[in-house]
Amino acid sequence: MQTPEHSPLFAALASATLTAYRNAVIRLPPDVLKTIRQAAAAEKNEVAQGEFANILANIETAERLGVPMCQDTGVPVIYLTLPPGVPLTQALYNAVAEGVRRATGEIPLRPNVVDPLTRHNTGDNTGTGMPAVHVRPGDRFTVTVLPKGAGAENVSRLVMLLPSQVNKIEEVVVETMLKAEGRPCPPVVLGVGIGGTSDGAMALAKEALLQPIDRMTDFEHQLCDAVNKLGIGPMGLGGSTTALAVKVKTAACHTASLPVAVNVQCWANRHAIVEVEW
Amino acid sequence: MVTGTLLQLHTPLGDEILKLKAGDRVELSGLVYTARDEAHLRMQKEGIPFDPKGAVIYHCGPVVKDDRIVAAGPTTSARMNDLSGFLFDHGIRALIGKGGMASTVREQLRGRGVYFAFTGGCAALAASHMTLKGVHFPDLGMAEAVWVIELDRLPLVVGIDSQGNDIFDAVRENAKKSFRQKMTRERA
Repeated sequence: MQTPEHSPLFAALASATLTAYRNAVIRLPPDVLKTIRQAAAAEKNEVAQGEFANILANIETAERLGVPMCQDTGVPVIYLTLPPGVPLTQALYNAVAEGVRRATGEIPLRPNVVDPLTRHNTGDNTGTGMPAVHVRPGDRFTVTVLPKGAGAENVSRLVMLLPSQVNKIEEVVVETMLKAEGRPCPPVVLGVGIGGTSDGAMALAKEALLQPIDRMTDFEHQLCDAVNKLGIGPMGLGGSTTALAVKVKTAACHTASLPVAVNVQCWANRHAIVEVEW
Repeated sequence: MVTGTLLQLHTPLGDEILKLKAGDRVELSGLVYTARDEAHLRMQKEGIPFDPKGAVIYHCGPVVKDDRIVAAGPTTSARMNDLSGFLFDHGIRALIGKGGMASTVREQLRGRGVYFAFTGGCAALAASHMTLKGVHFPDLGMAEAVWVIELDRLPLVVGIDSQGNDIFDAVRENAKKSFRQKMTRERA
C-alpha cells in the first residue's frame, strides 16, 4: 500500500499550498487592490499621498518581478475545505507543512517561525502547531493561505465585554487602532469577531479578513468611519484613511458573555485560494 | 510621483540633515546597515562592525537569496526604542524604519540626527532601489543579521527631525484628543 507521503492527494495538496502561498505574497486580491486605489485617490494629506504612491508602486513592482510585496512573509495561516470524499487525516496536515517548506525555499519566504521560548528558528516556517491549519467541510477541496505578518498581529486584541456593553463594541474597535498607531502598517483592514468563546472570537476575527473588503454592511461602515476619525493615516503619518475596511463575523455566545476580538491586518490583506486537483 | 524634485541625500550624512523638517520628503542614496533587536544587542556588547560616522541604520530584516536582496521593507522601529541611544553617541546620523519611536529617541536625535519613515510593507519597491554589499553577524540569521546595502534614491519622509518635531507624536496626540471627545460625547 502507498504511504500517505507518496499518495497523489499528498502531492496535490502540498503543491496547491505552495501555489496559494506564492499568489498570496506576490499579488493582492482584486477587492483589496480596488479599495487601496480608491483610498489613494481620495487622500488629501500630502505625506499620506506619498505613502499611497509608494504602496501602489510596491504592488506594481512585486507583480512585475514576481517577488513578495513585503519582506515579512508572515506565518502560515491555512484554511482547508474538504469535500465528503477527502478524509481528514494527519497526512493532510503533513502535506500542508510540506507545501510551506517548499514555499519557503522556492518563492522564497523569510523563515519567521521560531520556538516561543528558546526563539530558535526552524528555518522552514514550520514548527509545533505551525502552520496553523483550520479545517471545514465544503463542496470543493480548497486550500487558502493567509500569511500573517507580526506588525499587525502583535496589536490584535480580545476584550471580554459585559453583556450590557453592546454599545461599547465600537469603542473597543477604535481603541485598538488608537493603541496600535502606525505599528500595524495602516491603512489597515480590521477583522472583528463578536461572540462565541474567547478563542472562537479571535478565530472569527481572523476569518473575517477573508471576506471581500470592497463592500461593508451599515454596521461595518459605522465602525470603519469611527476608526478613520482618529486621523492616524497611512503608516501613522496622518491622513484620512486609517482603515480601508472593517469586516465583522459573529457567533452565538453565553448569555453572560460578550467577547469582542479585533484582528488587525496591514494594508497588504494577503490571501489566496487554490483548488486542490487530484 | 514627482520624484525628480525631491531633495537628494547621500551617505555618509553630515550636518545637512540638521536642516531637514518633519514632513520633508527626500531620496537617500549610499550605504545603509540593517539592524533589528538582536543586532542592536550584539553591537552594544561587541561594538559596531562598520564605521558609524555619518552612517544610517535601517530597521529591516530582509529576504535575501543568492546574494541578492529580494524584499526589504522596514520593521517596527518602536522595538528598538531602548536600544538606540549608543548609536548616536558613536556618530550615527539617521535611522530608517516604520511607525516612529519614543520621546526618548526624539531627544537623543535633537541636534544630532533624524528618523526617516519608509512605507511599511513596501519591500519589493525597496529592493528595487538596493544592491547588497555585504553582511555582519551572519550567525544571527537572515532577519537579524546586519546587511550592508547600497541604496539608489530610496524615497523617504522625515518622521522626526533634529529640532524635536515628530509627525508621529503630533498624529498620536490628535488621535487621543479625537478619541477623548468621542467618549465625552457618548457619555453625555
